[in-house]
Amino acid sequence: MSASGSGRTGWASVTPALLWTLVFFAVPFAAMAVASLFPQGRQGPSLANYTQFFANPSYWRALVNSLEVTVIVTVISILLAYPFAWILAFMVPERWQRLALMLAVLPFWTSYVVRSYSWLLVLAEKGALNSALVHLGLLSDPIQIANTRAATVIGFVHFFVMLLTLTIYANLKQLSPSYRKAAADLGASPLQAFIHVVLPLTLPGIMVGAFLTFVLAIGDYITPQILGGNNELLMPQLIMMQIGRRGDFAGASALSIILMAVVSIAYLLCARWLKIERA
Amino acid sequence: MMARIVSTLYAAAIYAFIFLPVAVLVLFSFQGTLFPIPPFNGPSLRWYGAVLNDARLTDGLLNSVLVAVTSSALATLLGFLSAWGFARYYLPASAVLRGFITLPLTVSYLIIGMGLLIFFNWIGMPKSLTAAGIGHVVINLPLCFAIIYSQMGDHQANIERAARDLGAREWQVLTLVTAPMLWPALFASFFLSMTFSWDEFVISFLLTRFDTTLPVEIWNLLRAGLNPKTNAVGSLVFGVSILLAIVFELVAFRKRPR
Amino acid sequence: MTALVSVDSISQSFGQVQVLDAVSLAIQPGSYTVLLGPSGSGKTTLLSILGGFLQPTQGRVLIKGEDCTAMAPARRPTATVFQDYALFPHMSVGSNVAFGLRMRGVAKRERLGKAQDMLRIVGLDQAFDKKPHQLSGGQRQRVALARALVVQPAVLLLDEPLGALDLKLRRQMQDELKAIQKRIGTAFVHVTHDQEEAMALADHIVVMNHGRIEDEGPAERVYARPATRFAATFMGESTIVPGRVEADGQVRTALGLFPASGQVPGTEVHVAIRPEHVRVGPAIPATVKDVVYQGSFKRVTATPTAAPDIQLLARLPAGEPVQEGAEISLRVDPGEIIFLKD
Repeated sequence: MSASGSGRTGWASVTPALLWTLVFFAVPFAAMAVASLFPQGRQGPSLANYTQFFANPSYWRALVNSLEVTVIVTVISILLAYPFAWILAFMVPERWQRLALMLAVLPFWTSYVVRSYSWLLVLAEKGALNSALVHLGLLSDPIQIANTRAATVIGFVHFFVMLLTLTIYANLKQLSPSYRKAAADLGASPLQAFIHVVLPLTLPGIMVGAFLTFVLAIGDYITPQILGGNNELLMPQLIMMQIGRRGDFAGASALSIILMAVVSIAYLLCARWLKIERA
Repeated sequence: MMARIVSTLYAAAIYAFIFLPVAVLVLFSFQGTLFPIPPFNGPSLRWYGAVLNDARLTDGLLNSVLVAVTSSALATLLGFLSAWGFARYYLPASAVLRGFITLPLTVSYLIIGMGLLIFFNWIGMPKSLTAAGIGHVVINLPLCFAIIYSQMGDHQANIERAARDLGAREWQVLTLVTAPMLWPALFASFFLSMTFSWDEFVISFLLTRFDTTLPVEIWNLLRAGLNPKTNAVGSLVFGVSILLAIVFELVAFRKRPR
Repeated sequence: MTALVSVDSISQSFGQVQVLDAVSLAIQPGSYTVLLGPSGSGKTTLLSILGGFLQPTQGRVLIKGEDCTAMAPARRPTATVFQDYALFPHMSVGSNVAFGLRMRGVAKRERLGKAQDMLRIVGLDQAFDKKPHQLSGGQRQRVALARALVVQPAVLLLDEPLGALDLKLRRQMQDELKAIQKRIGTAFVHVTHDQEEAMALADHIVVMNHGRIEDEGPAERVYARPATRFAATFMGESTIVPGRVEADGQVRTALGLFPASGQVPGTEVHVAIRPEHVRVGPAIPATVKDVVYQGSFKRVTATPTAAPDIQLLARLPAGEPVQEGAEISLRVDPGEIIFLKD
């Protein structure tokens, strides 16, 4: 970075982006915060939207559902993705690794909405999965998967296994092969080498992926709406419902702020893993 | 060896899981009958025909491209200018301001969309493609900034100094020297923004009304239940995306001057 | 005495490329062996095979009489000091050193105690609780050494361990390595491309080139009487001149006559002349082509008048008034010429 030239050119250069972020991000956010304090159908500011959230069990339930689903999705995705990333990083010949990764990412070039719809096709009562299982004689009647939490989890896991595979793969690749060699040389079995050396060294990468999964999943509207149905509501669905059915922007704002708070708390808990670590 | 067999089976299972929905999608886009579920009667192109004849879908497609291209171009431009400004000049509170620009990355699209909905409502700006486009710039600007900023190095600063030394004015330095040098980063930013904008649902859903983008139109289709038309448009989008990815590969990996 | 490690006709190919060609070697207990050669000579490959990180295409490795060729590194009685040290960044120095003992099931207190003892031997007893990134390059190297030694391997393998250090530190570490090896008594096998390092450390130098052993033996012998042309030119500089052995037990070269005891009369030979054996004297008139000042001596290249196609290398005292283009007269110590076998 050079400290040359007149500062004015510098300011002129950065101002457009700063202004845009201010006007179209910061101000709307503030507007939302303010709106949340003016509940629909009341005069003047109040914390009613927030107190109502904590008082009303169906609202509160949505947050709990969101947290449960997100945690389940994160754990399952990591457990599935880590071995897959390992296989891609260490067992696939180097020449084919990029292709293998691209192949794994390819299905995600479909539109997100379309992808969730596709899972609906698979999981619906007359859909591909049930038809196949009935046809093979493994089931006598189709089972209900669509419009349940299981479907939402499957839809999420499908995406996040791919995302975590990529991040964990990158992590494993940049691990110097000398570490595993040194562990082996000193008498560690492959399992011991994994537990004592590889896992601790890749843990920060996993935590970053897990945090990303958490943030993206908890704020997602499409997957739970298409796959989970309306039997169980997650936070994003609750928020959209305030806007759609009731036109209650204030209520929706309050819920959004609460969601943001939850994400911030998660960030603080993970903060020490999210710092860039020294090699 | 045992490990090899287990690994191969595991990898195959994961790949099968990853491809399952897309395979079903594409297969039943060629469905001959009315429902995209087994049994498969076909192949037939009737649903592709239906898509291409559906004005709302084709309009949605064009709108998506329009919004994606303009918002990505704007995000890349703003990202480039700000990255350059921060990299080349000493500005007070630089770290804070840079953090501010990247802040939207940490916020869910739903919340960004909501904020804009309320804000636009407040200032009386109607729902439109423009509104959605503005939202897309908000989500993509941090990304463009981060990518381009990370590519700004000292050796480029020296080349710019040489250009100034030879008489170029600032805007000429930017357009004739800096931008071409940073071509890969600019291209990556633009392309990535296009990808996110093209596929983006929530912000478009909240901020558009009559003219809307393709993901929202597809969503509207979904309201009508399982329909092979959705399969067809989804497969089309998929096909186009793959094509674009191939184009990206060829362009990005041929032009790199390393 | 029976060799501690026997390398028995080891060959290694990678696809079409032959990296090692029927190499056989014996490593004696308590010795310091250096594998010396340029890059591509196969020395690192041989070390990898000894350590068990590579399976040779052909041949066997016997350690303490046991065929270890197919044995994994974990089970082999060897320990390796890697070129990049490979210290586990998430563990303290003490835990790093104790790692091998932990893998062997040694109880916590005992292994940490042993780790501390070994750290004391390498001069780092204050570093136990530090993390690797807090140490300097030389310190990390010593931790890597301690970590490998604490498991009491039959033979310690070192892969260009001093490559990343600056000259002064390298010399210091060479002294320390030698001292530690003598103190602990483990056989060391050390790979390097630096012939000065090899000569400083080795009891037994093995000069390698293109996957074969060119020469091996004590440093003094390999330097003074190299077996092959390659060994002669790799281990220090020399001027190589052709000559003909005459009936009277002398060899005639373009630079004059020299004693040739033990050589067969009538044969064509090549002799190598070390620069330190070329002095100012009345025998060979020459023109100075190049002078490089090296602090304690001057490296002089001269073209003999009688043999202008020879570049004669001489190491002259630093104070000798030599100038480029000047006429000079040199002589070669007659007893010090080296007859090359090839």
